[in-house]
Amino acid sequence: MAIFEYAPAPESTDVVDIKPSYGLFINGEFVDGSGPTFKTINPATEESLAEISTATSDDVDRAVQAARKAFGVWSALPGAERAKYLFRIARIIQERARELAVLESLDNGKPIRESRDVDLPLVAAHFFYYAGWADKLEYAGFGTKPLGVAGQVIPWNFPLLMLAWKIAPALACGNTVVLKPAETTPLTALWFADICRQADLPPGVVNIVTGAGETGAAVVAHPDVNKVAFTGSTEVGRIIARTVAGTDKKLTLELGGKAANIVFEDAAIDQAVEGIVNGIFFNQGHVCCAGSRLLVQESIQDELLASLKRRLATLRVGDPLDKNTDVGAINSADQLAKIRELSEIGESEGALRWSPACELPERGFWFPPTIFTGVAQSHTIARDEIFGPVLSVLTFRTPAEAVEKANNTPYGLSAGIWTEKGSRILWMADKLRAGVVWANTFNKFDPASPFGGYKESGYGREGGLLGLEAYLDVRASAARLGGLS
Amino acid sequence: MSRLTVRKTYKLYIGGAFPRSESGRSYPVTSPKGEFLANASQASRKDARDAVVAARKAFPGWSGATPYNRGQILYRVAEMLEGRRAQFAEELGGGKRAALEAVDAAVDRLVWYAGWSDKIASVHGAANPVAGPYFNLSSPEPTGVVAIVAPADPLLGLVSVVAPVIVTGNTCVVVASEPSPLASITLAEVLATSDLPGGVVNVLTGRQAELAPWLASHMDVNGLDLTGVTDADLALRCEQAAAENLKRVLRPAQEDWTADPGIRRMTRFLETKTVWHPVGI
Repeated sequence: MAIFEYAPAPESTDVVDIKPSYGLFINGEFVDGSGPTFKTINPATEESLAEISTATSDDVDRAVQAARKAFGVWSALPGAERAKYLFRIARIIQERARELAVLESLDNGKPIRESRDVDLPLVAAHFFYYAGWADKLEYAGFGTKPLGVAGQVIPWNFPLLMLAWKIAPALACGNTVVLKPAETTPLTALWFADICRQADLPPGVVNIVTGAGETGAAVVAHPDVNKVAFTGSTEVGRIIARTVAGTDKKLTLELGGKAANIVFEDAAIDQAVEGIVNGIFFNQGHVCCAGSRLLVQESIQDELLASLKRRLATLRVGDPLDKNTDVGAINSADQLAKIRELSEIGESEGALRWSPACELPERGFWFPPTIFTGVAQSHTIARDEIFGPVLSVLTFRTPAEAVEKANNTPYGLSAGIWTEKGSRILWMADKLRAGVVWANTFNKFDPASPFGGYKESGYGREGGLLGLEAYLDVRASAARLGGLS
Repeated sequence: MSRLTVRKTYKLYIGGAFPRSESGRSYPVTSPKGEFLANASQASRKDARDAVVAARKAFPGWSGATPYNRGQILYRVAEMLEGRRAQFAEELGGGKRAALEAVDAAVDRLVWYAGWSDKIASVHGAANPVAGPYFNLSSPEPTGVVAIVAPADPLLGLVSVVAPVIVTGNTCVVVASEPSPLASITLAEVLATSDLPGGVVNVLTGRQAELAPWLASHMDVNGLDLTGVTDADLALRCEQAAAENLKRVLRPAQEDWTADPGIRRMTRFLETKTVWHPVGI
């Protein structure tokens, strides 16, 4: 029982003025889409926020044409000029950070604490980071030739951050973009369109088309798109890989994960517990690299679980706009249904379910932080990505067994290691087949640090110097790289 | 009476051994002039699967070897190839001078890639200056088992597609040039006597159209190099099949094998692992 209660501390929504409806952003203008409109809703209240346009394949074609035309202008600009536009955008994002954070929490359901303190600073940082690359590309080793028009499809879990990951490097390298945000979280992308106008970005360099899967498919399949970048589910990633097969399109995919978070008996328990909580309950577990499989050394299982449960009881679930909220709303009714279904499968397959006592709001989409113990590797909840605040706990005895269990998945996005022994960290990091390994920490991101998966978690890297590779014509630079003589 | 020559039986190269195709099939290989040269093994789906098993088995050892060691072994392959220069020139046929040049180019290419083994991480890795008290380092790692459809050039082409894949720690299954596979199998003999662990390179001879789709759809293959595929429809089907487990694909390409290759063939089959650790006392 809590010793004292927190008073409500809601963030004001006065800073955002949401219009009743929004069109598409093509060639620097907001225009009507040709398809039917749909509503984007606040997942914490189920209230409609705005009517959003659906871009048909004709609309997508117009956007691609605008991007193609702008490509001539944009790619011909000196890198230093492109850099200044990106620096401008980064600054405007900082200036409008509060507005964007509130909007993100309204549309996505994530706690304002996270959108304000994690998402927005990272969004600005990404634009700053890649702004600096625009006039230094010749030092990166991938040549300086852009690919052309980039078609980008992003998910709903980090709407503005994923936009930044996609647009910042694309523009820095001289490409133009047509970006489709997720249908449940289009608002911050449309705000970003306004930021592009405030920055006087040449028309057509950034185009935003809204809609659901069909709009995204039209972007990916458009014959005049030169590069496709997608972040989302492995299932959709497969479809996209099939779509671009046989074309010249360059493709990068950031797909699902089922990360192992491995805790050894000599780990600092309190820090590990914080890392586990951050790993699976950050952003309601709507994180592709979420530490959804906890592998705990058998000898400390009881102690760790007791600490973890005690910590979970202090998590505050509720109003995303309350500054004290730790866990916000599930992004959509569909996602909530999926989480419920997989959790029920977990129970029916024999795992033991536990959640702290917590009162969930009556309206909106909510799911309490949940732990499953007694999970075997064969269980569905140990194999399939749940994409929600659900942790599966497994145990191991030896480091070799931990490696084997951690790698026993078709995914390979991320992993966590908790131990005080340095040589063991390095040994484990070496053996784990995952693109990001967090040791004695978890869920850390930085624009300077490459991110991306092994195996069915996709290919290509975003962030850092290596993130430039996705947006440059490496073939054109092969001779230069090898032929320095 | 002149002496009757002892002909060589050309077999497959799987797991360091030279088996015949389990299917019992072979196909006649002829010179450009149409003269019979030999019957090459015609590998089956089962042979392809056995080769993938061998490549997977070899992966932990080969990817776990030090880059210095891998470089030494690749250089040893070059040494052994140099030692058989005349034999390869004869087997490649055509003009003697052109054949010798092709062998020399293949040797030089192996030496070039051998030197990359302990340098690719410096060129394609990074120390990442993150905005926080964290150690953060990105380093390249091999993707796993790569299936390669080799181009028609049986020696220089083959070396140019295999060396970049294995120097970085991957293991591979290669479908050799369909019309002229003999030099590829002789190269396998060089590999077998060059300290290269069995299974790191596996060479199949046979029909490209028959073998490539099985390898492209094999769920334990992580990368697919379609360089040598000449039929656009076959390439499309293979690339589509590769999407099933999101294999890293190198699309078909007409390449000038005498040109500077660059590092793209290595990086296509590399992953990047980024490790974070807090910094503090």
